[in-house]
This record gives sequence, C-alpha cells and structure tokens, in this order.
Amino acid sequence: MSEQPLLSVENLTVRFAMNRRGLFSPATHLYAVDDVSFHVNRGETLAIVGESGSGKTTAALAAARLVTAYEGRVVLDGEDVLPLEGEELRQMRQKVQFIFQDPYSSLNPRQRAEEIVRDPLQSLTDTPAAEQQEITERLFAQVGLRPEQRRLFPHQFSGGQRQRIGIARALATQPELVICDEPVSALDVAVQAQILNLLSALQEEFGLTYLFISHDLGVVQHMCDSVAVMYMGKIVEHADRKSLFNNPLHPYTAALLSAVPSVDKTLREKSKRILIPGDPPDPTQKQVGCRFASRCPVAQDQCRLSEPPLTEIAPNHRVACHLVDEKAISPL
Amino acid sequence: MTEPLLKVQNLRVELTTRNGTAPVIDDVSFELHAGENLSFVGESGCGKSMTALAIMGLLPEGIGRITAGSIMFDGQELTELSQERLRRIRGNDISMIFQEPMTSLNPVYTIGEQIVEVLLAHQSISRADAWAEAATLLDAVRIPKARERLKDYPFQLSGGQRQRVMIAIALACKPKVLIADEPTTALDVTVQAQIFDLLRDLRQETGTSIILITHDMGAVAEMAERMIVMYAGRIAEIGAVDDIIGTPRHPYTKGLISCVPHVLAHVTDEKQPLTEVPGIVPSLREFGKDQCLFASRCQHRTQQCLTARPQSVNFDGAQSADCWHAGTL
Repeated sequence: MSEQPLLSVENLTVRFAMNRRGLFSPATHLYAVDDVSFHVNRGETLAIVGESGSGKTTAALAAARLVTAYEGRVVLDGEDVLPLEGEELRQMRQKVQFIFQDPYSSLNPRQRAEEIVRDPLQSLTDTPAAEQQEITERLFAQVGLRPEQRRLFPHQFSGGQRQRIGIARALATQPELVICDEPVSALDVAVQAQILNLLSALQEEFGLTYLFISHDLGVVQHMCDSVAVMYMGKIVEHADRKSLFNNPLHPYTAALLSAVPSVDKTLREKSKRILIPGDPPDPTQKQVGCRFASRCPVAQDQCRLSEPPLTEIAPNHRVACHLVDEKAISPL
Repeated sequence: MTEPLLKVQNLRVELTTRNGTAPVIDDVSFELHAGENLSFVGESGCGKSMTALAIMGLLPEGIGRITAGSIMFDGQELTELSQERLRRIRGNDISMIFQEPMTSLNPVYTIGEQIVEVLLAHQSISRADAWAEAATLLDAVRIPKARERLKDYPFQLSGGQRQRVMIAIALACKPKVLIADEPTTALDVTVQAQIFDLLRDLRQETGTSIILITHDMGAVAEMAERMIVMYAGRIAEIGAVDDIIGTPRHPYTKGLISCVPHVLAHVTDEKQPLTEVPGIVPSLREFGKDQCLFASRCQHRTQQCLTARPQSVNFDGAQSADCWHAGTL
C-alpha cells in the first residue's frame, strides 16, 4: 500500500476493573476490547458492527483518548497518540471529533446552539473570536440550519436538527477523523436518511475520514468502505464492503446479516435464517476457545478448545474462525 | 366473510394541549380478523401508539378522549363499556407488549410474582396452579430452566429475556388480540429475530391476532399480512403488505420504503444517495386541518392538496390510499 492509513490501531486492549468480591480477593477485570487491530484509510469510512456490549464504542473511545487504553498502539496521522499529554493532546483532539448517538443528551440544554458549536473552537484552538463567529456561521449553513436558529436552545430543535448541531460541533475544529457513534439510531426513519445523506455530502466536501459505529447493517452497507465485525471485544471479521456483504465468512457475520428483516420478498425467500440461540456468554468470565462457540451452529470440538486467530484469508479479508481456510468458503 | 374480531370505525381521539384540542387520531377505520397479523407503520408522532391505547382504553386520563367513532370487539362496543368491564377485557382478551422491556417490568418483584399476579387477577385459579402455569408460560417463550428463573428479578435477565417475560405476561390469559408496540426497537438484531420467530410460532399455536406497531418496513414485510401506514393521525394507506410494498400508492409510503438503506443481496461498488423525505411530521397544531397533512413534505403537491383533505382512492384488491394523486402516481 502506497499511502499510510490515517488511523491505525494495533493490539488495542481496554479493560475495566470490577468490584472485588471481598477485601482480600484479587482484582478482576472485564476486557471490553481485547487485542483489537484495524486501520482506516484517509477519506474512507470504516464501520464497526456488533451487538450491544461487543466493545465497538469502547474501542472508538479508546482510539480518541476518551477512555484509557490498557495496552496497544493508536497511530493517527503518523503519530502515536496514547502517550500524548498536555498541549500535544489538545492538538490531537482537534483532529479527532465525535458525533454521539443521542442528540437529546449530548447537547448542553443551557447553551445556545451557536455556543455549542463554538465550544470546541474555544477550548481546543486559539482562533480569534471574530473568526470563531465566522466559522460558526459557515458551519450552520453547511449542516442545513438557518442563520436565525443560531440563538435558539437545544429544546427548540427537533431530533434531526439537534443531530445537525452535533455534526456542526464535530466539524468545528476541521478534524481529519470523525467518529460517528450510532449517529442515526435515535432518529425517525425519514430523518435518518436526511442525516446519512448529509454525512456523505460532508465527507466528500471536506475529505473526512469516518469511523462509523452502528448495529444497523442496512446503514452500514450504505455508508462504509470497509467493515469490522466485533463480538465480545474481539474482531471476528474485517473486510472491505463488497467481500463482507457478498461473502460473509464468519458464522456470526452471516447470522447478523440473516437476522435483518427485509422488504425484498425474493431475498427473504432465498436467504435462510441462521438462528443463533441465547445471549452472549457472561463477559466477566474469561473464555477458553472461540467466544462465539456457545451460540455457533457449526461449532466443533477445536472451537471450544483454542481461540482462532484473526487471519487474512484473501486480500483485505480477515476472519477469526477455525473452519474458514484459504478457499474462503463459509462454513455454514 | 366472517365478522371481524375487532372493528374500528371513524375513530377520532382528541388530545387537550395548551393550544387547545388536537385530533391525534382523525377518522381512522380498520378491521382485524381472527388470527390475522396487522401492522401499523409510520414515524413517531403519527398516532400509531395512540390507536393502540384507544383500543386498550388506556388513553391518558383527562388529556385524551374518544370523541367520535366506535370500537367493536367481539360484539361489544368498547367505547361505551364501564371501567370495570374494560378492566376485565384488558389483559384477558386484549393485551399489550410495550416498547421498553427495561422499564415495563417492576424491579422490586420477581418475574414469577408478576406473571402470577396477572393470572390471579383474571382467572379463578389457585395460587399453586398459577405458579405452575407461570412456569409453563416461561417455558413457552423459551426461557431455559423456567421453574428456577421464576424467582429471578428483572435485573437478572437480559433485554431479550425481559421482552420474553413481557410476552409471557401478555399471553398469560390467552388473549384474542395481542398489541405489540415496537416490541424489538430496544433489542439487537439477532435477539429481534428470536422475538419475531417466537411471536410467529405463538400465533400459530394459539391463533391470537397480532397488531404490530413498528417503523421498520422490513419487520412488517416479515411479520404481517395487512398493514396500515399512518401519517399525522390519519390513515395514509391501507392494504395487503405485499401489495403496498410492491406498489406503494401514497407518496409517504414510497418515501418510507425508499429512505431506509436496505441490506442488499448483492453489493456493488456503486453507492446511491438515499431518497429523502424532507422535513418532519407536522406539529399537533396542524392536525385535523382540511388539507393533505403530508403536502408540506410532498414533491407532488398541488393546490388541491392544500385546500381539501384527500379522499381514499381504492385499488384492486383491498389497497387504498388517501392521496389526491394516488391514481396517477
């Protein structure tokens, strides 16, 4: 590859301490993100997909230095960001911004819309006040809000408009990487389309790189260039958009895809539903073997004994499953 | 044709707000037959849940009331029944599953106590029999080790399991109609698939009619035979699911189907922008006006749409759309 990826995450592990059972019992940890590696190319969108509790948000938060990573390396634009502190960290934060899931709780109800959008400029940059005003005004137009709405408070906006304010705030410092954490899942279907189209248009206009977190495979298929599927803190499959959706190899990916209800009757009749029973196992217990083995319809003895590594079985297609080899045939 | 189980005619529900009263349900009529699955689709604020609450007699007291129309259920006029009679029908003949499995169970009682409470309230059985029945119900909604799990509190269950408990409670008295109000929105897709399979199987076993309220066209396509698209308290389109999804006649239905990125069977490099339905659902103040309420968001709007409420246009079969231009689009 000629160009170096904008963001590359290597062997990232995030763990949370859990309540001790007694005063003298050893400290235990929950590994929310366990030895995860991925990269995002400049100007592209990487989607991280998975069920709730799979660690997709935590991985993104750690990459943005919003939770502390336990181990690993996060390289943004050639710079290792995990050891950064003080002014250097402030500089780095300009380059990575976040769009949050819930437009109702992620805006300060006591700030006016323009103050919310101006906030990152004030705290992260040394832009003069007049220029801040100019940037804010421009951002409002770019995300499709009217100039007179700048003086309003969040409660005076609809959900979709609020998400536009959140997007304007994320773009204020001209970031290179924008992490979108379920940006549309709290919105009505018709408004979702408006926001997704806006995100695509902004990406084209500013050459943004998105790390797009979602559980909605339809949205992911529409937005992304490559996809990483997470299950219980691990990436189980990582591929470009076409390979992943046309030839899902990990049984979990296939099950996720088959679980999405479809309006297309022929597709519905063609694809057989792969049912995965039950819920994910208790994450506080350290697992032996493949984490998906307990719900996997094709699990075999070796799956319960050893954990499959994430291996590249085709160009740009990595899978962590014992039953997938170079022939790239789904085990189902 | 047999008499429908539930027949709603010209229902109008008004909500009192600070700005006067607004018809949140405006002249809504539909029928539900025994064993049928009917779906309500639309954005939030379109009156889907309000319709369900009106049927259940659970409209917010003092704020919402039925001002016209009738709800006939199994030969009884629900709008004229006393609270006492309604309470007996509710939970017994018509029951409801709510959206949030996290908040609709009582956290300080075990799930067993909550299921038994429903059984004791509606059926004349002994306490011991009720507990045995509760275990059978949990088993029917496929919760493993049902007898032991009865002693669990809601916080000990996952989201999917809590929704199963809600379904068990709703089915406790073998209702004739089950209203499921966005039963899977808070759940993961794989769990959603499990819940849908469960509802389908239960319907086959018990013959319960299901009213599914959702905003997900995919879910409708998979679960229901007939559907109603609601917009701003009115029916925009009604008909068989296959007909409507195959050839939507109302511009709003078209928008709802095409604005969602659907998972495609075969992915190519090409990415098309999504079709947008611009704007948002009108505010309550606009409800009830004598015009097409979708006009402000519609690209086919003409003068006629702004001056008179559209009448329904019938198409072959049972599909009909409330749009002045439905026939020509």
